[in-house]
Amino acid sequence: MATILAVDDSASMRQMVSFTLKGAGYNVVEAVDGLDALNKAKAQTFDCVVTDVNMPNKDGISLIKDLRALPNYKFTPMLMLTTESGMDKKQQGKDAGATGWIVKPFNPDQLLKTIKKVME
Amino acid sequence: MSIDMVQFHQVFFEESFEGLDTMESGLLNLDMGDVDVDEINTIFRAAHSIKGGSGTFGFSAVSDFTHVMETMLDEMRDGRRKVTKPAIDVLLGSVDCLREMLRAIQNEDEINLVSVAEHKAALENALNNTDVNSSQSDQFIPPLINVATPVAADSQVEGWVISFSPHVNLLRTGNDPVRMFRELAELGDFTVNVDLQGVPDLYDLDAEDCHLSWKLIVNGAISAHAIDEVFDWVEDECDLAKQAIYSQMATHLPDVNISDVSLNVIASVAELSNKTEIIQHAEVIHKEDKDESKSSVAKVSNSIRVDTGKIDTLINMVGELVITQSMLSLVGEHFEVTKLDQLKNGLSQLERHTRELQESVMNIRMLPISFVFSRFPRMARDISSKLGKKIDLKLIGENTEVDKTVVELLSDPLVHLVRNSLDHGIEMPEVRLAAGKSETGTVILEAYHRGGNIVIEVRDDGKGLDKGMLRAKAIEKGLIATDAVLTDKQTYELIFMPGFSTAEKLTDISGRGVGMDVVRRNIQALGGNIEIISELGKGSTIAIHLPLTLAILDGQSIAVGDEIYILPLGSIVESLNIKEDRINRVGGKGETFLLRGIYLPIIRLHEIFNVPNVKATKLTEGLLVVVEGQGERYGLFVDDLLGQQQVVIKSLEANYRRVEGVSAATILGDGSVALILDIPGLVRLSNQ
Repeated sequence: MATILAVDDSASMRQMVSFTLKGAGYNVVEAVDGLDALNKAKAQTFDCVVTDVNMPNKDGISLIKDLRALPNYKFTPMLMLTTESGMDKKQQGKDAGATGWIVKPFNPDQLLKTIKKVME
Repeated sequence: MSIDMVQFHQVFFEESFEGLDTMESGLLNLDMGDVDVDEINTIFRAAHSIKGGSGTFGFSAVSDFTHVMETMLDEMRDGRRKVTKPAIDVLLGSVDCLREMLRAIQNEDEINLVSVAEHKAALENALNNTDVNSSQSDQFIPPLINVATPVAADSQVEGWVISFSPHVNLLRTGNDPVRMFRELAELGDFTVNVDLQGVPDLYDLDAEDCHLSWKLIVNGAISAHAIDEVFDWVEDECDLAKQAIYSQMATHLPDVNISDVSLNVIASVAELSNKTEIIQHAEVIHKEDKDESKSSVAKVSNSIRVDTGKIDTLINMVGELVITQSMLSLVGEHFEVTKLDQLKNGLSQLERHTRELQESVMNIRMLPISFVFSRFPRMARDISSKLGKKIDLKLIGENTEVDKTVVELLSDPLVHLVRNSLDHGIEMPEVRLAAGKSETGTVILEAYHRGGNIVIEVRDDGKGLDKGMLRAKAIEKGLIATDAVLTDKQTYELIFMPGFSTAEKLTDISGRGVGMDVVRRNIQALGGNIEIISELGKGSTIAIHLPLTLAILDGQSIAVGDEIYILPLGSIVESLNIKEDRINRVGGKGETFLLRGIYLPIIRLHEIFNVPNVKATKLTEGLLVVVEGQGERYGLFVDDLLGQQQVVIKSLEANYRRVEGVSAATILGDGSVALILDIPGLVRLSNQ
């Protein structure tokens, strides 16, 4: 089964994303910030990355940029979790190589729907 | 798929409260005028997380409120807004308000809408830098409405013709045209025509580029929005043209649903022009809530956040223990005398692992004292601005770890002490200048470990305690005799007497409610003590000594007759044999022992507890254990000293009832119960 890397500095969001995806049968690895995520992504290959944007140590946009530079992650779907007010970051995210975004707040169904979009 | 979101709430609350603390201390650290981007980023991130989480978990009031804060912080971060004191004040107020909101939600209480409306108005006011009533509508946060592209035309649409030409880089963002085709196919009957014209020769072809373009036809009554959604992520990375296929039945223009829009407009106009009405309205709602006699029991969270490193150590230890256990059971299965060494080894391993396990378990309950300290910068700021004083508060040793229970119980006494320092200790700027001191007073809050204890000091460079005044006051209140001879230490101790207040006048900051007597009682209840060092005009230091944990105690076992008692090791000064010529008997007042010029009252434990079969009835036959309690020394007369050991404290009150002279009980290795002695209680008993 596909393995997804879920990155968020907020434990509750991380738990929610991870729980939802696991419930749908995906394997999920959690990372607490961009740096943690980058290290995990180097150690293991993921089929999809879902990342928050605002995080300490390394934000979501730099994470996506760094990941895209790795050969294993050239075409991997990478989704940013962003808020309505953070939509100005959308373009920065796209420029960094983000596949798409999920707008917070979202519910588990919306999350799964979006994930399914890129994971089938 | 339905997921019960409630399971994530507890974590959300915990991290939100943590986030609020981060915001608060960050705001307090900000320097006026300067923009410290890192600090503001941290504050912003905390607000942002709370907003994201509260939106997701369905607390829209919180996310709406945080949104306004976030907007303000965002402007500060970008340098569009200066960091000013009023702005910080408003943000700090908002942090408080948010904390209240979250607490109310957590306890399933009603949110105080009046306070929320007031804080929100203050924020918006600060954001606009204008009066609320004249504020522009665009500065108001429009309610998040899902504005779908005009809905009305849908019924006439029979399908879409889409021309889709991705830019060469499309694949490099992880987007895949096939994914979009799949989605379109889900919407309706779907045909694809590929255009290969753009594809270069094989030798020039980079397989990672996208050179294809497509003409797509999808049939069905599909909204333009649904089509847009499919291409949402790639709209800047392709040339896209879509054309609707209309049915011939479509003869009239779609109705635009004006009524909904205008209602929204009216609502926001009303909001703008009549803020007060809304507040009044909120007040009414709030009052109604109050009227409902609803039992709101505050849910105190008993959870604890533990560093995963500590858990890992614990798991390691348990692993070791399991190995030792299996090794021991192997030895025990077919035991022969030849295996004695193996058994002994195993047992000593077991002992070591048990001790380490115990240590790591205790470690889990340890929290850094910053949990208590973190509230003080805010308090110092509030009090100094209220009193017009200049105060610099320094925190040292915030990472010193203390048992969770100690941390919780320490909070109130410390608040009292720090408040005293800020209010009574530090002088007004002009007074300080006149006394040749710097205008700004310093209060230092420091925590450190010493032996098995933690010491917490509150030091200030304020006016210090006036011994003459203390004495005069104590005489005036009839607490001491006019001719009483007191050492410096005893004089300072006066402030711990009930009913003693050093403040000339009561202020609304301190001097009310609990007094120093309560502080001392609380500290003693934790098994600690408190001491004062002061110099007139130079400042005061109040030091609290506390045991690190309340669950385990380093004890000294002592024998009195057949009974074994435990003395807290920390309270023992020394133990000695008694010489007859150093005993003084004071008529009717008991006996004392002269030790290096000090007369120690002797407390005969067997008399106090009525222990039969005592070995030593004459003082010279037994031992004197010199102990310290409440700053005084006493001699406990016992039969014998046994070993020192760590004992697990079991509450006597919870299992039996309170017993004077005894603080708790423990269970010894042989299964018998031993009482842990309470020195101040013993002193009271012996004085009766």
